[in-house]
Amino acid sequence: MTRKQKRLSVILGGLVFLGAATGLTFYALGQKASYFYMPADLATATVQPGQRIRLGGLVEKGTIQRGQGATVAFSVTDTHKSVKVTYTGILPDLFREEQGVITEGTFGPDGVFVADSVLAKHDERYMPKEVADGLKAKGVWQESKSE
Amino acid sequence: MVETGHFALVLAFALSLVQTIVPLFGARLNNQRLMAVGGPVAVTGFALTALSFAALASAYASSDFSLANVWENSHSLQPMIYKITGTWGNHEGSMLLWVLILTFFGALVAAFGSNLPASLRANVLAVQGAIGAAFFLFILATSNPFIRLNPAPIEGRDLNPILQDLGLAIHPPLLYLGYVGFSICFSFSVAALIEGRIDASWARWVRPWTLVAWMFLTGGIAMGSYWAYYELGWGGFWFWDPVENASFMPWLAGTALLHSAIVMEKRSALKIWTLLLAILTFSLSLLGTFLVRSGVLTSVHAFATDPTRGVFILCILTLFIGGSLALFALRASRLTAGGLFHPISREGALVLNNLFLTTATATVLVGTLYPLVVEALSDDKISVGAPFFNLTFAPLMVPLLVMVPFGPLLAWKRGDILAVAQRLMTAFAAALLAMLVTALFISGATVLAALGVGLAVWLVLGALTDLAVKAGLGNVATGIMVRRLLGLPRSVFGTALAHLGLGLTVLGIVGTLCFGTEKILSMHPGETVDLSGHTLRFAGIYPAQGPNFSEDRGRFELIGPAGNPVGEISSAKRFYPVRQMTTTESGIKTLGLSQLYISLGDEGKDGAVVVRLWWKPLVTLIWGGALVMMAGAAMSLMDRRLRVGAPSRRRKQADAAATAISP
Repeated sequence: MTRKQKRLSVILGGLVFLGAATGLTFYALGQKASYFYMPADLATATVQPGQRIRLGGLVEKGTIQRGQGATVAFSVTDTHKSVKVTYTGILPDLFREEQGVITEGTFGPDGVFVADSVLAKHDERYMPKEVADGLKAKGVWQESKSE
Repeated sequence: MVETGHFALVLAFALSLVQTIVPLFGARLNNQRLMAVGGPVAVTGFALTALSFAALASAYASSDFSLANVWENSHSLQPMIYKITGTWGNHEGSMLLWVLILTFFGALVAAFGSNLPASLRANVLAVQGAIGAAFFLFILATSNPFIRLNPAPIEGRDLNPILQDLGLAIHPPLLYLGYVGFSICFSFSVAALIEGRIDASWARWVRPWTLVAWMFLTGGIAMGSYWAYYELGWGGFWFWDPVENASFMPWLAGTALLHSAIVMEKRSALKIWTLLLAILTFSLSLLGTFLVRSGVLTSVHAFATDPTRGVFILCILTLFIGGSLALFALRASRLTAGGLFHPISREGALVLNNLFLTTATATVLVGTLYPLVVEALSDDKISVGAPFFNLTFAPLMVPLLVMVPFGPLLAWKRGDILAVAQRLMTAFAAALLAMLVTALFISGATVLAALGVGLAVWLVLGALTDLAVKAGLGNVATGIMVRRLLGLPRSVFGTALAHLGLGLTVLGIVGTLCFGTEKILSMHPGETVDLSGHTLRFAGIYPAQGPNFSEDRGRFELIGPAGNPVGEISSAKRFYPVRQMTTTESGIKTLGLSQLYISLGDEGKDGAVVVRLWWKPLVTLIWGGALVMMAGAAMSLMDRRLRVGAPSRRRKQADAAATAISP
């Protein structure tokens, strides 16, 4: 092979490789990215049972129920609508009533959201960004709450 | 003292402007005196930045709450170590640490670069000065740590309790030494583009800097991973969190750079690519700084969100990445292509390494930025997490890891793949055996787990085979072999150690992910639980008082085969009254290479406590492997050939004669 042909084959090989990697990346983005919803968004969105999503909002006052063992049930609300969530495991340290929270998991057939991870704020000063933005959009956020 | 620090910072900014402009013009006009200005200015700039940093640190140590920054992030009751580490446990202080390390590297070039060609040295210092100037301005304009409060508050607001840990003393400095260390490679590349020439000696000067930066970045990432592992109480060592990715991308690109620089140094090939890679690696470091510091991401690292800061860093990012890439586009064609090689050769293997590593970097980049792009274009908020990276990053890594042992054994220019395969037969057989043993004798082993164990064994033994073959195992008598082994260049040992460390890390990851067990249950005091053959008894909850927190400590006893306690593990819930914040202190017991990990949850009404227990086999190898990789880099650095700025006079002249310039 001449130098030119060699270089061409290397470039072609690289392109095929990159193409495959790009294809895989976009396939994975389509399949594996999880969308964020607030309870009121769920009325318009079509979320299949079993589809992984993240559900965020405030932990509704008076809804935290500790069941058997390590299972906890609570409701996540955006003050317009609320969704019942169950979770088995240890809740984050900053998980409290009327505080921002993001849960990740899937809807069961009974309409209860089964979370496999619960994230609260990292710091008492901040609200999870998605939740803060969502609450602002719904007009229930007061700036004073952030401090 | 505080005002001195503030003043020193302003002076350092002014000096960085001098460092940018004067040597650059000196190199352009070929004026020796102007070029010589760069060195002393760089050293003075570093001294001033160090003074400024020391002033801030001493304000923290003495709890001077008249500084807004100290008031927001410190408390007089904090232990001294956290008062001092609190200096960089906040946005302003951590940016000051960033420029301190940047000027430190600039000063190193000035101090050790006496045998660099004068114009190259001047240009390198000028570029380094320009980066410094941008970040000094950023600090002074948007993130000044020296702002006073009047009247001064009596007590501070405490450091975020999650950061009150020894990890804060180690993780950020190491990480920044790595991140910012790549700025030297960047400066060398831009200087080479300004000069319009690049040669093998250039690679010899750049490679040690790459090794240093890579070594610290490896340590910084590993330390961050271990810190998150024990501090957050989630038991994971890597979360594919955007902030973790921000440091992982420069690491991947830096690893590629490390390898392509070898080709450039030894074979004068891949020059343009190496240069581009050096620019990209530091660009990814800058991108990481932007992602972490601008507040576009919510995470424990985003100390505060202030849009002006984000915009400012974005401008710096655009200026440096855009500028250097534009320069590259204009000048790259001037650089001549290097030596030819057959696809099956050491060079070929290193090219494949680069192809895989840069593609992997790109997938991580896409996964990290995609949510930001989607949110900017539509209102959808999405998150890209572990499932995405498992599907894209892992398939790229597996073939790369399979190829690793082949690389160092292939000859330069034209290699014999069959001969190499023959030499690796023992390692391959052992890996196969390890797979079979795993699949047949370890209960609960999946096919993937067996393959993972085999891959790790293949990497470790492949690295050892490399050393054995180069020492002449089987061809020469044992005495000669030992002498030959000891006489091998340090860089050969460095390569073998780094690849061996990689194998250990893979083994740790496979062990933890595939053979670990987890239990979540609620326990009453006195109850026992079995976890993968270990019996744990819950002794009860004991309250205790710390310097600036109170805690409820749950004690667990590890019960031996005879039924008596053989060890104790305790996990605690800590409450920090100043910030009204609770944290979980995980309980960890290391048994051999494995660990028992306990995380305490909430107390129920009936006195039972929710407890999460993990058995993590071989988990310590994940970070142990990283330490071995660092040792490999240190070993390579000690190689005579690579001592910082060490090329001998004779070689330098030869290189200068061989330099290809095509104007």
